[in-house]
Amino acid sequence: MLIGMVNFANSMLASLIASIPDPGIPSAPTPTMFNPVGAPADTILDITWLLVGICGLIGLVVLAMIFFAVIRCRQPKGDDTEPAQVYGSNPIELAWTVIPLLIVFVLFMVSARGIFDIEKTSPPDGAIEVRVIGHRWWWEFDYGDFATAAELHVPIDEDKPTDIYLTLESADVIHSFWMPQLGGKTDVIPNRINHLWLQVAKAGTYVGQCAEYCGNQHANMLITVVAQPRAEYEAWAANQRREAVDDRAVAAGKHIFLRTACINCHTVRGTVANGTFAPDLTHLMSRDTIGSGIARNTPNNLRAWVWDPQNIKPGCEMPSMKLTREEVDLVCAYLETLR
Amino acid sequence: MTVVQQPLSPAGRVPALSRLHEWVATTDHKKLGVMYVTAGLLFFMIAGLEASLMRWQLALPNQSIIMPDDFNRLFTMHGTTMVFFVGMPILFGSANFLIPLMIGTRDLAFPRLNAFGFWLFLLGGLLLYFSYFAGQGLQGMGSAPDVGWFAYAPLTERTFSRGHSTDYWILGILLTGIGSAMTAINLVVTILAMRCPGMSLMKMPLLVWILLVDFILVVVALPPLAAAQCMLLFDRSLGAHFFDTQAGGSALLWQNLFWFFGHPEVYILILPAFAFSSEIIPVFSRKVIFGYPLMVAATVAIGIISLGVWVHHMFAVGLSPLVNAIFMGSTMLVGVPTGIKMFNWAATMIGGKIRFHTPMLFCLGFLCQFLLGGLTGIFLATVPFDWAVSDSYFVVGHFHYVLFGGLVFSIFAAIYYWFPKVSGRMLSETLGKWQFWLLMIGFNLTFGPMHVSGMLGMPRRIYTYHTERGWDLWNLLSSIGVLFQIAAVSLFAINIIRSLMKGAKAGDDPWDAWTLEWSTTSPPPPYNFKDIPVVHSRRPLWDLKHPDDPDWKYE
Amino acid sequence: MTRTGSTSEDIAVTTMSTQSGSSTPLMPPPALSQKLKWSNGKIAVVLLIASEIAFFGTLIATYIFYIGRDINPPYPQDVLEVSVAPLKVVFNSIFLLASSIWIVLAVKALAAGKKAAFLFWWGLTILFGLEFLVGTGFEWYGMIVEDGVWMGTNVFGSCFYTLVGFHAFHVTMGLIILTLIWVLAVLGKVPPRQIEKVDLISWYWHFVDGIWIVVFTVVYIIGN
Ligand code: HEA
Ligand code: HEA
Ligand code: HEC
Ligand code: CUA
Ligand SMILES: [Cu+2]
Repeated sequence: MLIGMVNFANSMLASLIASIPDPGIPSAPTPTMFNPVGAPADTILDITWLLVGICGLIGLVVLAMIFFAVIRCRQPKGDDTEPAQVYGSNPIELAWTVIPLLIVFVLFMVSARGIFDIEKTSPPDGAIEVRVIGHRWWWEFDYGDFATAAELHVPIDEDKPTDIYLTLESADVIHSFWMPQLGGKTDVIPNRINHLWLQVAKAGTYVGQCAEYCGNQHANMLITVVAQPRAEYEAWAANQRREAVDDRAVAAGKHIFLRTACINCHTVRGTVANGTFAPDLTHLMSRDTIGSGIARNTPNNLRAWVWDPQNIKPGCEMPSMKLTREEVDLVCAYLETLR
Repeated sequence: MTVVQQPLSPAGRVPALSRLHEWVATTDHKKLGVMYVTAGLLFFMIAGLEASLMRWQLALPNQSIIMPDDFNRLFTMHGTTMVFFVGMPILFGSANFLIPLMIGTRDLAFPRLNAFGFWLFLLGGLLLYFSYFAGQGLQGMGSAPDVGWFAYAPLTERTFSRGHSTDYWILGILLTGIGSAMTAINLVVTILAMRCPGMSLMKMPLLVWILLVDFILVVVALPPLAAAQCMLLFDRSLGAHFFDTQAGGSALLWQNLFWFFGHPEVYILILPAFAFSSEIIPVFSRKVIFGYPLMVAATVAIGIISLGVWVHHMFAVGLSPLVNAIFMGSTMLVGVPTGIKMFNWAATMIGGKIRFHTPMLFCLGFLCQFLLGGLTGIFLATVPFDWAVSDSYFVVGHFHYVLFGGLVFSIFAAIYYWFPKVSGRMLSETLGKWQFWLLMIGFNLTFGPMHVSGMLGMPRRIYTYHTERGWDLWNLLSSIGVLFQIAAVSLFAINIIRSLMKGAKAGDDPWDAWTLEWSTTSPPPPYNFKDIPVVHSRRPLWDLKHPDDPDWKYE
Repeated sequence: MTRTGSTSEDIAVTTMSTQSGSSTPLMPPPALSQKLKWSNGKIAVVLLIASEIAFFGTLIATYIFYIGRDINPPYPQDVLEVSVAPLKVVFNSIFLLASSIWIVLAVKALAAGKKAAFLFWWGLTILFGLEFLVGTGFEWYGMIVEDGVWMGTNVFGSCFYTLVGFHAFHVTMGLIILTLIWVLAVLGKVPPRQIEKVDLISWYWHFVDGIWIVVFTVVYIIGN
């Protein structure tokens, strides 16, 4: 307890001194379900309005009864007599048993259709299929011929929305993949393969995040979906497929990177680094953020991250590698060439 | 009937030590009841404090007042405490105190078992909090469990939860659970076999009926949790693989077992609220409860249906559409008997002559807020909507409306109503009304905005958030609301202490009520009734006060 | 304090405590004896058994859930031997089930006031129960030492030892209580008027037996 309190005091102090370096996903709209950009999210919103209508009405009726009683059935001052005792009424009670039953039935029929509409068990034609693997606390997106982290890119054509069909797997504990504007959420469960159908109808950047508590940094297991015109997407994908650039100018940094335990966890295709525990760094610089969206991918942030990730994402699975300042600079110089 | 000869109240001063001994060694249902409720209220303060710390951290974006792992411990301890060490003891405490008095008997069927149940509960609670000292083993730093109140596997497995904090979570709840099951059995026996002459099942006060159903739920719903926790314990200490996904175990099995207990559990928590309201609303409306038989039937229906809806906590785990649809149906169905209750309470008030004393105010608060919480429950039961907001702050909003707006409000109502019986003194109406309005404001300010932030995409159990997400305003409002709540709860504490010291004398029947507990003295003597009463109707004191127009003519 | 309505003086007049003892003037038709015929103990034991069923039901459901899902051997059919040979499971089960018959006879004997017969049948119940425990012990020994299966071996191991172990634990508890009663009876402390308590203990024993039938079916027949 004492130690706990000291810890607490420490963290209070720390909060005064250090704050997370300019955090943030590049400006993206609030992940609100009220601004859907795909069919599943549309369906959900329609059902929501229906619910608001029906339940709102029920709520009003009951509130009206309560307020009627509160306003009209007060005890008059000085009146000590008891009111008429009414023990019940079969027809009235029958009414408020049967009418709610009917309402429930209607609600059930309407929403059951929604379930079968949204929960797709096989990919729609022409859908882009990606394998999503939840790790503590970052997302891996496996496109088949390459893998990336935190930012899911999807192509979008002028004339029709893009279907996204995700296969969800977990490397450790339960996570949940949630993109409110593109559809519902589905849990990502170890030892089980789930699927999720999303749809995006408008180019743009959308955000969401892990929705199932998965430990320490659950709060920062963020997701970004970049829906871009097909040509742009193809260019991006072509770049992702390439092996890492090998720039002589940063050989020193590369040497340190390969010599350090980095390679046990990270992959840089084209080098000996082939760890699968952590994000693939082959095209690190093509990402806008690092640490699964906790900070923007700027040279400063990158340096701070490699110096000690625990300062930025306390508790995350990457330890401080105890590199010297110079080594960090060299490594980061190398990392910055991985476009 | 033999009359127990004992002095009404021990005269003169009793030394502190023997007074303490009297409490510790007691098997008197009234003393145990008071101890349960007091312990529950103390745990409420602690858990409320934990919640306040969380709200402080979340008030603004990007704060680091509380480190992520500390935050995770806070919500785990807050949720666990509120459910197992606030809701449950207050349920058992009030049942302990009230049931023998209301059914006209002198104690529970097994008084010593009753005391044992209480001490198991207390031990469990202390064990849970002891983890703050010893969670990592005695040498290392201690700390509390950080797995969430439903402790999803495999996060609770040894691989992801080192040290002993999760073991404390298991053992603390296991012990309390065993105590609760025993006490529930005890109370069911008491209700079934020890009613005073004339009190047939259909002449029991509604409170007793509702709690009877509640205890039967406890008896069938707690053992599955105990079994699941034993399995988890074996996983953690003997290397078993029940929930160990790396060795073929299943994460979904834990979810199924937990919610098979967990959903009935939330009804176990709300039924006492229904029970209190079913006594208080009629008394302050001066009208007999509307539709007693249907209320009983609805209670039984709620009890039965609640055993078959647990999958609604698992709509997002990727079960087949058919399974989801079936459980959506069963979940919505539970709204019907609950609705019957709402309507019947409203009908009881309509045509009455309502007196707005504090207990009634809290009941009105309960009615309005539980209505909202119940309706958002129907929202959540609708699977597509649940996919949108499951595990978001919308859910947090929903369950605080039912748990705080429902359960805790009615607990306050009950305390204001029965405190005179328990202590012989009235609580201050002025302070009570202040508390009520502050709590109304604070509660709605805290938990209303949560529905919005949830629909704006804010997941629960996050220790911080970026400002770009657009949740700042809603979180700030939530946190400001807590200040009102702290003020209200503090007023409540002051009110209790003040009344114990110098509250107005209550008399035997300050509310002009109708059930048997008001026919004995306040506080009741150790033996409750000099003569075991004989009743002829559901409202024996009504009969007594209106001999010309007794209840039994109409029932 | 602001209260409207009746003052406390009014109340004092109308409450029962002031007039308890005096008969109420109006007596309704006397349909008063609605008490259940069952004693406290009986209801309590029935509820206890209900909660035990919920407990075992969970373990059994878990067992069934994992049948055929194991990813690594040994599988049940490799190690579970459904054999009638002495000290093997079918043999043991017969002993356990038979003990249920003996306990019925014991209760009858006590009801009839035959102390010696009671002691005999009750003692036989204990011996048969003991055989079951010893047999289970041998089976476990064989599985743990010879086949090398324990809790951590695989999911089957976890489920098997948990379910069968909890059952054996209940048998053990039962045996302790049975022995206690036997000793008390020898000392002459179990007169026939205690028949109900003895009877309730036999109920518990029947429950332990009954659950074994289910466990046996699930573990040795369905799961094999
Ligand atoms: C006191 C506790 C309590 C109560 C009473 C309820 C009552 C209900 N709850 Fe709630 N619930 C919780 C406590 C409670 N809940 C908790 C703690 C959680 C979260 C657990 C966690 O994840 O940590 C939760 C989560 C939860 C979920 C899962 C959300 C998720 O995680 O994704 C769902 C989904 O269906 C749900 C539904 C319901 C429903 C349908 C009711 C119904 O019983 C409500 C019935 C009442 C009414 C409907 C209002 C009155 C009725 C009428 C006026 C009649 C007319 C109405 C109709 C015809 C619709 N609840
Ligand atoms: C009965 C149940 C109950 C009650 C009453 C409450 C009451 C409150 N809850 Fe609780 N809550 C839960 C049950 C309950 N909660 C559960 C089950 C969870 C889920 C946990 C999980 O996810 O695992 C949860 C989760 C939860 C969260 C979500 C955490 C997260 O997901 O990250 C939040 C966030 O704001 C919160 C806030 C509050 C607040 C502000 C109150 C307030 O209303 C509290 C008011 C009380 C006080 C403010 C006490 C005042 C104290 C004093 C006046 C005394 C001062 C004392 C000293 C100085 C010693 N709760
Ligand atoms: C023990 C495993 C481990 C080692 C060793 C390790 N990392 Fe990491 N690294 C991680 C993990 C896990 C993450 C993801 C953290 C998160 O987002 O929660 C990560 C993230 C990163 C990122 C951000 C990537 C992104 O897209 O978010 C960079 C850059 C990085 N590591 C560089 C390095 C360098 C350089 C080294 C060696 C000096 C190194 N790592 C060593 C585990 C490791
Ligand atoms: Cu991953 Cu929460
Ligand atoms: Cu539920």
